[in-house]
Amino acid sequence: MQIAKKNTLILFIFLVFLNSSKALAFEYSGYVGIESLGFLHNPLDGAQHNHYLSGVAEIELYHEWDKGSQSIAFVPFYRYSQHDSRRTHFDIRELTWLKAARNWELRVGIRKVFWGVSEAQHLVDIINQTDLVENSDTEDKLGQPMINLAIIQDWGTLDLFFLTGFRERTFAGKEARLRSFPEVSVGEARYEKHGAEKHLGFAARWSHSLGDWDLGLSHFYGTNREPTLLPELQQTGELKLIPYYEMIHQSGVDIQVTKGSWLWKMESIVRSGQGRTFFASTAGFEYSLYNLFETGLDLGIVAEYLYDSRGDNSPTTTEDDFLAAVRFSFNDIQSTEILAGVILDRRSNEKFYNIEASRRLGDDFKIEVEARFFSGAASRDISYFLRNDDHIRAELSYHF
Amino acid sequence: MKTLFLALTISLFSAPAFALSPEEQGLEIITEVDKRDTGFGDTQAKFEMVLKNRSGDEARRVLEIRTLEIAADGDKSLTIFDSPRDIKGTAFLSFTHALTADDQWLYLPALKRVKRISSANKSGPFLGSEYSFEDLTSFEVARYTYRYLKDEVIDGIDCFVIEMKPTYEYSGYTRQIGWIDKDRYIIIKGEYYDRKNSLLKTQIFKNYKQYLGKYWRAGEQLMNNHQNGKSTKLLWEEYQFGVGLTDRDFDKNTLKRVR
Repeated sequence: MQIAKKNTLILFIFLVFLNSSKALAFEYSGYVGIESLGFLHNPLDGAQHNHYLSGVAEIELYHEWDKGSQSIAFVPFYRYSQHDSRRTHFDIRELTWLKAARNWELRVGIRKVFWGVSEAQHLVDIINQTDLVENSDTEDKLGQPMINLAIIQDWGTLDLFFLTGFRERTFAGKEARLRSFPEVSVGEARYEKHGAEKHLGFAARWSHSLGDWDLGLSHFYGTNREPTLLPELQQTGELKLIPYYEMIHQSGVDIQVTKGSWLWKMESIVRSGQGRTFFASTAGFEYSLYNLFETGLDLGIVAEYLYDSRGDNSPTTTEDDFLAAVRFSFNDIQSTEILAGVILDRRSNEKFYNIEASRRLGDDFKIEVEARFFSGAASRDISYFLRNDDHIRAELSYHF
Repeated sequence: MKTLFLALTISLFSAPAFALSPEEQGLEIITEVDKRDTGFGDTQAKFEMVLKNRSGDEARRVLEIRTLEIAADGDKSLTIFDSPRDIKGTAFLSFTHALTADDQWLYLPALKRVKRISSANKSGPFLGSEYSFEDLTSFEVARYTYRYLKDEVIDGIDCFVIEMKPTYEYSGYTRQIGWIDKDRYIIIKGEYYDRKNSLLKTQIFKNYKQYLGKYWRAGEQLMNNHQNGKSTKLLWEEYQFGVGLTDRDFDKNTLKRVR
């Protein structure tokens, strides 16, 4: 709620600023889309549905001056979803002022930051909260308020972050699919720290490229982005999951070595403060065959191993798993791409299949299709909740 | 093929008339081409790609490219995509090296992710066009062996005809043939032979303009693919020299914020 107020305030200041400087020419771009989310099996809960229609819009307003060394970007986002009030949401993905100088860059405002190299999961990427209702793949993020100073030297880039507002993870509502049983009670989240301490976070990251090597070292201290879910019996006799956000320290390392057609990747974290200190890692490769049979087709093969020292106690589903995937890039005028993969649990028989395809239609439209299937989850696994949630998501968007 | 054989025969027989072998002559001409284009410092330009398929349907892409000349190594370049709109903001950073593999990074704006990518992709198409990555990377003398073939007049321009064979890995070509304007030492036409040594593409360079009283840049390039019937035209505009770009304009930090 506080964040929402703060967002409104910033938005107001921004609009005043926008109004007072009519001479400013803003560049705008973005997309609007319509999405169909269909499930192949009947839901576990009668309140859930088999099909959801939804609409989305994201607009970017951008202005730069001072020969491009200063800029403002404003990116509001809105999704409306049928049946699912929690997925119907507004967010300021970005509202940032940027100043770039020869040896530093300063960014103040709300934005998204990505860290890491691997494909199966993004362990070191911790600055932004996951927008889980937007897509279950955890790749969508909520805008994070921050002050970020990047110091750019011969020895690499040192990014310092002062994070000035905690965002709660979004979770699907009662009528939505792809949710836990019992459902997560978003309004009743608990925190280890309160007040300012809950909201403030600090992070630093050093990154550098040395020949074939791209390296990153990072540390984060603040409220965990990934809550522990505590089952709790309500007075009504209903069981609910209460998100609990601890203060954590997380150190991360990410490395990519690029040798010919091979990309070797590794990212690892150590997190303390959320139960016992644990270690998690993803390591693997991506090998590509370019311009196969001189057709322009690129075939990429991705293999990664996912490890979490918490083992079966891990709240994630990827404690001892393999990802195997193939990526087809047709390199045609429509930029057609297909990515198909499976994550296999090495110990149980659990499998998660994911197929993503996208293609441009004409100049301005794009169609994306994602199909996800869950199989073999044992009743003690977290993903057991999702056993009936095999789904196909299709989104048609217009870009401007 | 016959004319080529004839050309080779002529050049073979005419060789004794010169002090240099055809290989030395070819290298000498290309070295002069390179020398005359040295010292430009940095450039910035916009270009439009017009992609045409066999039935004549057109698709257009708008891009911007910034280049920084690096004295003892290959150039650095940054390519920014403006359209198609779904990939607006995507940017491609490349450090060309004469003898070792290039360093390349791609910025994906939707994910805010910088990805180091493999530079082994030389022969694959760039943005679905008839230009492959190797056609668009900065030219380095050390990347080919040369052979002077003959002189020929095309479109009223007296040219040297040079055969170039790539020495770098992963090329899609067995050889290229270049027509070099004898007067200005710039390329007028290129032919590209695929891995089976059959003619794959022809490129024509037109509307050359001179900048800073020295450096020539084509205003229009047309690549015709003879095997699939498709073509790609590059239309250059707003060519600027001496913008004042530095290494800092070609790093991963800049990659994340360029428009």
